[in-house]
Amino acid sequence: MSAAHDTHDHTPGFFTRWFCSTNHKDIGTLYIIFSILAGLIGGAFSVMMRAELQDPGVQFLLDGAGAPNGHMWNVIITAHGLIMVFFVVMPGLIGGFGNWFVPLMIGAPDMAFPRLNNISFWLLIPAFALLLGSAFVGGGAGTGWTVYPPLSGIAGHSGASVDMAIFALHLAGASSILGAVNFITTIFNMRAPGMTLHKMPLFVWAMLVTAFLLALAVPVLGGAITMLLTDRNFGTAFFRPEGGGDPILFQHLFWFFGHPEVYIMILPAFGIISHIVSTFSKKPIFGYLGMAYAMVAIGVVGFIVWAHHMYTSGISLDTRAYFTAATLVIAVPTGIKIFSWIATMWGGSIEFKTPMLWAIGFIFLFTVGGVTGVVLANAGMDTALHDTYYVVAHFHYVLSLGAVFALFAGYYYWIGKMSGRQYPEWMGQLHFWLTFVGVNLTFFPQHFAGLQGMPRRYVDYPAPIPFEEGASWVERTKFMMHETWMHFTDATYKSPIDWGLHGWNFISSMGAYISFASAVFFVFIVIYTAFFGRRVGENYWNAQPNTMTLEWTLPSPVPFHQFEIQPQVK
Amino acid sequence: MMKKLLLGLVMLTGMVAPALADYPKSWGLNLQEPAGVLAQQMHDFHDMLLYIIIAISLFVLALLVWIVVRYNSKANPVPSKTTHNTLLEVIWTVIPVIILIVIAVPSFKILFSQGRIPDADMTIKVTGYQWYWGYEYPDQGGINFNAYMIPEKDIDPSKGQKRLLETDTEVVLPIDTTIRVQVTAADVIHAWTVPAFGVKKDAVPGRLNEAWFKISKPGVYYGQCSEICGTGHSYMPIKVRAVSKDEFAAWVDKTKGPSAEPAAAEPAKESGDKDKEKETKPENKDDAKTEVQ
Repeated sequence: MSAAHDTHDHTPGFFTRWFCSTNHKDIGTLYIIFSILAGLIGGAFSVMMRAELQDPGVQFLLDGAGAPNGHMWNVIITAHGLIMVFFVVMPGLIGGFGNWFVPLMIGAPDMAFPRLNNISFWLLIPAFALLLGSAFVGGGAGTGWTVYPPLSGIAGHSGASVDMAIFALHLAGASSILGAVNFITTIFNMRAPGMTLHKMPLFVWAMLVTAFLLALAVPVLGGAITMLLTDRNFGTAFFRPEGGGDPILFQHLFWFFGHPEVYIMILPAFGIISHIVSTFSKKPIFGYLGMAYAMVAIGVVGFIVWAHHMYTSGISLDTRAYFTAATLVIAVPTGIKIFSWIATMWGGSIEFKTPMLWAIGFIFLFTVGGVTGVVLANAGMDTALHDTYYVVAHFHYVLSLGAVFALFAGYYYWIGKMSGRQYPEWMGQLHFWLTFVGVNLTFFPQHFAGLQGMPRRYVDYPAPIPFEEGASWVERTKFMMHETWMHFTDATYKSPIDWGLHGWNFISSMGAYISFASAVFFVFIVIYTAFFGRRVGENYWNAQPNTMTLEWTLPSPVPFHQFEIQPQVK
Repeated sequence: MMKKLLLGLVMLTGMVAPALADYPKSWGLNLQEPAGVLAQQMHDFHDMLLYIIIAISLFVLALLVWIVVRYNSKANPVPSKTTHNTLLEVIWTVIPVIILIVIAVPSFKILFSQGRIPDADMTIKVTGYQWYWGYEYPDQGGINFNAYMIPEKDIDPSKGQKRLLETDTEVVLPIDTTIRVQVTAADVIHAWTVPAFGVKKDAVPGRLNEAWFKISKPGVYYGQCSEICGTGHSYMPIKVRAVSKDEFAAWVDKTKGPSAEPAAAEPAKESGDKDKEKETKPENKDDAKTEVQ
């Protein structure tokens, strides 16, 4: 079923190739580069946040008069959230790996609508510019990524920053919808002969479900933020109670988008993990149909659980009861996926190469994030945990340690295919372990802080300040290192002061520094691989015939035009 | 070090100190000490959930460890060809369903005990403002006041005062009394919560949300605004002093005063002298004692 590739590639000139691209692989590459750059910016915001929260008191985010600037804090958390969701995870997984590998895996020469594909990418650039620019206009948007009115209304944010953020989301949303339409058309119409839906690789299944979620959910966000825009600027009152509107309406609309959105971010990850687990175990996926339909089920149920984000907002008791039941149900298809991955590895002959490390890390950490999700699903329990750091820990376990692990897994799995050059194995493994330690140190203690009642989106937390005013960062860090060490190593050690939430926040910040260092190391690996990586052949993971997807039949790097002779799937 | 952490995880329930003041504790691992039936229910439910989720996580971890040991390419050079096992797939669908049902039953129980508001002995109304809380006691002759955070420079740790948690005026409430709290906001959304009572409700402009609680023991309880509300989000704490019914009655008498005007008799010990409606607190000779954990 391999295609002939004796024709020479005629690639266009630099500008035409990269700025007017209609080639799915080039556009995918642009998306991946964009995602990495945005990830560094979003990650830099996290380091700023963790540096501020490392110790009680406000050390960095001060206004001109030296007083704590809570608004600047809010702007940073908002930017971090929006960047990571819309400009890192989505472009990376969907625009990047989706563009690159959906056509390759189904044996298609390109996406169905190449020019649409190009504009999908190029809409992201002004979107990102608008979002970053909003921080410099009218003090910035300090609303949280949820943009709840009335805080995001004209009374809460009178400047143009929220309007700019809304336009940024409009453009990013349009980009996503166009991309989704393209994927649906491509997958339904351009599969190689013989590739029925039930023979389609799981990553393509994942992208198909994701595309449907995007096409159905993102327009609702578009509507909600448009109504917000008119509330802000044209005197409408969709969400303003003084005009007969209701702020809760916005929350319903936002989360009708927002909950499918989290599955939009994780389903492509599921697909990538499936292929990696299968390839490195040298076994076909266990329970393929169950895996495919579990994703469909997650997609469908994902649309009817949105109000579990609003348990404390005042929605009625019966509503809460329904959403508790519906949300718990999601654990079932998710469990099927976890156990099917384990069963795929069971009896395998596993090579623990870097992509497989990320995949196994994903499976375990996603489980941890999943079980805390089961805790939060219960409206009665969520009363205690809503808007605390427990929630922050939960969704970073499924996204930062889930979706982002899958991004890295996909990079290491496919970089040889995309560039023709392989990363050095030791670098990949070192990157994995550094990240694994860093993110767990960052997010595991946040469960405890949350249980103790630390609310999210706080610039400071109630703990005594054990340092003299103006203590340097080094002094503060040394001091708390000692305290932390004594706490965990000496059961009899009695600290002279009640530290409040200081301890967990300190560990969390240390973890964040390690994670960021590891991200910088990743950038080094990317650059090194691009220029000095070892050249590899078409099937460099030695994928077995029974696990092989079509991309491994092509040369590495994949030529500019592939499948000029259509492959046949038996 | 890891051992101690794991031990702590397993023994979460045993970690709480006898506390009369509830706030985040040093290296605290669990929910705050409950001081009411709702919080107690959550506490018990969370303990149960914790056993389940730790068991599931350890089960998955054990399977993964076994796979790494047993099915690496050296230990198992020839992969098996199994790709289906219907019985197994049914089992890992049905068992999670059973676990979820086991979870759902107590979950609904605690949800309904929170959500069905019993006949209340008294009502307080809470209004969120940027960035302070307004309180009204409609059943006590309309006592009302605002509670602002005491700024850091006025905090006196020697009196047991805590940064970011103290308010210039305390919300005084009786124990063993069913209290309905009505929550709303005047500008943006806030959220009123006292973790020790098991209550958290968003304060939404244009809505009057309701919740209830019953405090089981006297003490000082803290909460913090739990919905992002602007630059002062971190600086609008909730401080409740729970007292006996008699003390509460005395506080009401004194606070209400002869006129409808709130009394400003006793200078507040926290010295947060602001030009606004201001209430005095009940006499607490054992202030120091109650405020030290």
